[in-house]
Amino acid sequence: MDKKKLKGGIFNRISDTNLLLCITIVIFLIMYISAIVFLGGGFKKPQMFFNILNNEAPLIITACGMSIVMISGGIDISIGGVVALVSMSCAVYLDKTPGGGNVWVSMLIALAIGLLFGIVQGYLVAYCEIQPFIVTLAGMFFARGMTTIVNTDPFNVENSAFRKLKDTRITIPKMGSYTKKGLYQAAHIEIGVVVAIAIVVVLFLVLRYTKLGRSFYAVGGNPQSALMLGINVKRTKFLSHVICGLMAGIGGYVYFLHVGSGAPSHATGMEMNAIASSIIGGTMLTGGVGNIIGTLFGVLSLSSIQNIVSSAGLGQAWWTGITIGGMLCLFLLIQSIVMWAKKRSLKA
Amino acid sequence: MDEYRLLEMRGIEKTFPGVRALQNVDFSLNAGEIHALMGENGAGKSTLIKVLTGVYSKDAGTIRLDGKEVKIHSPQDAQNAGISTVYQEITLCPNLSVAENMFIGRGNGKITNWKEMNDRAKTLLERLDIPAKATQQLANCSIAVQQMVAIARAIDMECKVLILDEPTSSLDEQEVEKLFGLMRDLKAMGVGIIFVTHFLDQVYEVCDKITVLRDGQLVGEYEIRDLPRVQLVAKMLGKEMDDLSDIKGEHEAYHSPDADMKIFEAEKLQSNAGIKPFNFHIQKGEVNGFTGLLGSGRSECVRAIFGADRVIGGKVKVKGKEVKIHKPKDAMKNGIAYLPEDRKVDGIIGDLSVRENIILALQVMKGFFKPFTKAQAYAFADEYIKKLNIKTASADTPIKSLSGGNQQKVILARWLLMHPEYLILDEPTRGIDVGTKVDIQKLVLELASGGMSITFISSETDEMLRTCSRLIVMRDRKVVGELSGDDLTQSMIMSTIAGGESDE
Ligand SMILES: Nc1ncnc2c1ncn2[C@@H]1O[C@H](COP(=O)(O)OP(=O)(O)O)[C@@H](O)[C@H]1O
Ligand SMILES: [Mg+2]
Repeated sequence: MDKKKLKGGIFNRISDTNLLLCITIVIFLIMYISAIVFLGGGFKKPQMFFNILNNEAPLIITACGMSIVMISGGIDISIGGVVALVSMSCAVYLDKTPGGGNVWVSMLIALAIGLLFGIVQGYLVAYCEIQPFIVTLAGMFFARGMTTIVNTDPFNVENSAFRKLKDTRITIPKMGSYTKKGLYQAAHIEIGVVVAIAIVVVLFLVLRYTKLGRSFYAVGGNPQSALMLGINVKRTKFLSHVICGLMAGIGGYVYFLHVGSGAPSHATGMEMNAIASSIIGGTMLTGGVGNIIGTLFGVLSLSSIQNIVSSAGLGQAWWTGITIGGMLCLFLLIQSIVMWAKKRSLKA
Repeated sequence: MDEYRLLEMRGIEKTFPGVRALQNVDFSLNAGEIHALMGENGAGKSTLIKVLTGVYSKDAGTIRLDGKEVKIHSPQDAQNAGISTVYQEITLCPNLSVAENMFIGRGNGKITNWKEMNDRAKTLLERLDIPAKATQQLANCSIAVQQMVAIARAIDMECKVLILDEPTSSLDEQEVEKLFGLMRDLKAMGVGIIFVTHFLDQVYEVCDKITVLRDGQLVGEYEIRDLPRVQLVAKMLGKEMDDLSDIKGEHEAYHSPDADMKIFEAEKLQSNAGIKPFNFHIQKGEVNGFTGLLGSGRSECVRAIFGADRVIGGKVKVKGKEVKIHKPKDAMKNGIAYLPEDRKVDGIIGDLSVRENIILALQVMKGFFKPFTKAQAYAFADEYIKKLNIKTASADTPIKSLSGGNQQKVILARWLLMHPEYLILDEPTRGIDVGTKVDIQKLVLELASGGMSITFISSETDEMLRTCSRLIVMRDRKVVGELSGDDLTQSMIMSTIAGGESDE
C-alpha cells in the first residue's frame, strides 16, 4: 500500500525531449546510411556530408535560435528577413563606403541588427503581450522592406579582406577522396561551420545547465505554473527572442560569408526551414519540449533529403518541396505515435 | 516567540471584472501557528492567498511581514521573502523532471548542478515517502504524486510562512497523516502555516486558529477551542444550522393523476461495464437514488440507462413504450438528461462563456447549423443563472473563472434547459461546499414537485436520505435491495449493503 509501483519501464525513465531526440537521430542515420548503400556515388564521399554542413551552417544557427523560441512557447518568423537584411547591410557597408569597409565592423553590424530585432520583438511579445506570430510577421515584412531600401539590386561583394575570409577553408585530415582522374582532394569545411558548431555547443550547454535555459522549458511547458514557481516569465520570453534575434544576426553573417553577396531575395523561406528543422529535431510547436542537438540533426535530415532527392534524379524544386512536406508529416506521425505509445504504457 | 506576529494583512481589497473577490479583509498569522482559512467555494480564500504571493496585485491594503511593510509583486518576490506556497491547482511544469519541479525558480545560482539537484530531490522524496523518481518526467506521475511533489517543494524551502491551499484534495488518508506530521514539525520550528481545506475533520485535527471568509468578506478570527463545528459551518454559510435540517418536508410531493406513470422502466438491463442485469423504474415526480459503496456499480447503472456505456442486453420502456437507447443522443431524444460523475474532465469547456456552456447541449440537439439568436441565448442563460443562483459576473464570463460549485450549477443548467422529463445526477455535489450542496438538494426536490423524475447518486448517504424517497442499494455490481418509507435510515442502508448481517 505505501510503496506504489512505478509504472511504464523504459518510458518512465526517458523524458519527452530525449525520446524525440533519439527518434530524430535514428531516422537521420537510417536515411543517410541507406543513401550511401542504395545511391552510392557522392554519398560515399565524406565531402558530401561536409558540403551539407557548409551549405546549412546558416540554417543550423538560425534554427537553434528558432528552437529556443519554440521551446519557450513562441515562434519567430522574421529570421529569413533579418538574414537578408544583415547580408545586404554588410554588403553595402563593405563595398559602398568610400575606401571600403572593415570586415570586423561588418560583423558588429550583423550582430547589432540581429540583437535589435530580437530586443524589439521580444519586448513587444513579452511586455506588451502581443502574439509572437503577429509581432514577428511584422518584423519579417519590415526586415524585407528595409533590405530593399538599403539596396534594391543584388550584387557580389568585392572587398578583398572579405573575399579572403570567405575563401578560407579548413582542411579535415584523412577525410579526402580521389576524383575520377585520380586527383586527391582534401576534405574541407568553411568558417561558418565552425561558428555553427560552436553555437550548437554553447546553446546546448545554456539550455541544459543554466537557470535561464531551464526557465525556457518551464515557461514553454506551462507559463502560469512557471510564474507560480517563481520564474520571471516575461523576462524569460523576452530573452528567448533576444537570443533568437542574435542567432539571426550571426546566422545572417555566416550566410553572407557563404554566398558573398547581398540581395533582397536572400534566405527566402529560411524561417520555414528553421521551423521544419526544429520540428523534425523534436521540438514541439506547443512548447516545453526540444533539444539543440535534435535541431542540428533536424537541419541535417532536411538537407540530406534534398540531396537524396536530387541524386535520385528528381532535381526539380517541386520534388524537394513535396519530399520535405512528406517527411515533415512522417516525422510528426512517428512522434505522435511514440508519444501516444508512451502515454498508453504509462496508463496501463 | 509564542505570540510573535509573523504576517499581518490589513484592509485587503481585490476586484475582478464584475466580482468583488475581497472586501476589506484582515488576516494575521503568528509564528508557530497553523491557521485554517475557511469559507465556501468562491469565498475568496485562494484570491487572498494569491494576493499575498503576488500572483494578483491588490487594489488596496497593506501586507506586513515581520512587522515591516512589504511590496510583493510576483511569486518570485514572495519566495524571496520567505513565503512558500502550494496552490490549489497544481502549478508545476509537466514537461520537466520531478527534481527540477522541486528546485526550479529557487535560489540565486545561475547554473544547474544536475547531480546535486537529483540527489537532494531523491533524499526529499525518500523522506516524504513519495513514490516517484527524481529524474522522472512529472507528466508521468499521478495527480496525487504531483500534489505531493508540490508540497515537498514548498516545505523544503527555507520559509517563514507556508501556505497550503487545499493540498489534500487528491491525497489518501495515510498521505494526509504524513502531511500533518510535517506540518507539526514545521510548526515546532516556528513556521507559520496557512491551511485551506474543505474537510472539517482535518481542521480540528491540526489547526490552532480559524479565519472565516464569506463572499469576499471577513467573518472573523477564532481560536479553535472557541468554535465548535456546527458553529463553524453556520459561520461559513452565514445561516443557522436548522437550514440544513429536514428539507424534504418543505417540498410537496408531486400529486397529479399521472403521478404513478412510469417515466422510465428497464428490464434486465445490462451493459459492457460489468454490472449484473438489473430491473429499474422511476415514476413521474419521483426522486430515487442508487446507493452502495464506492465501486459497487452505482454509476455503471445510470450510464447503462443513459446509453453512455454499450448496452448489451435488456429492454427499456419510456412512458410504457418500448424504445432503443444505444447512445446518449437516443436517451436525450427520449427526454433523459445525465450529469456525469467526471464532469471536471469533459463537462465544461473552460474558455467558453457561462452562456455558451449553458446552451451547449440544447445546441447539440438542435444541430450546429441552426444557431440560436443572441437574444435567445442570453434569455436562456439569464433565466437559469437566476434560477440556480449562479454566482457569476455576467453571462459572458468564461466559465473557468467561476468557483467549482458554480461551474457545477452551470452544467446542471445546461441539462435543465433541455427540459428533461427524467434527470440523472451522478455525484452532483461532490467537492463543493455545504451551502451549494443544500442549494442543489433543494433544487432537486423543487424540480421533482414540478413533475420531473430524478435519479440522484451521492457518496454521502445523509444527502441521499434527505432527497430520495426510494433507494436502490447495490453491492458488488448487483442490485441487492430497495428501501423506501420508514426503511430509509442510515442503519437500514448499512445493513442492506452489508447483507442483512450488520450489527448496527
Ligand atoms: N482570475 C479571476 N478572474 C475573475 N474572477 C475570479 C478570478 N479568480 C477568482 N475569481 C472570483 O473570485 C471569487 C473568489 O474566488 P476564490 O478565491 O477562488 O474562492 P475560494 O478559493 O474561496 O473558493 C469567486 O467569485 C471567483 O469567481
Ligand atoms: Mg480556492
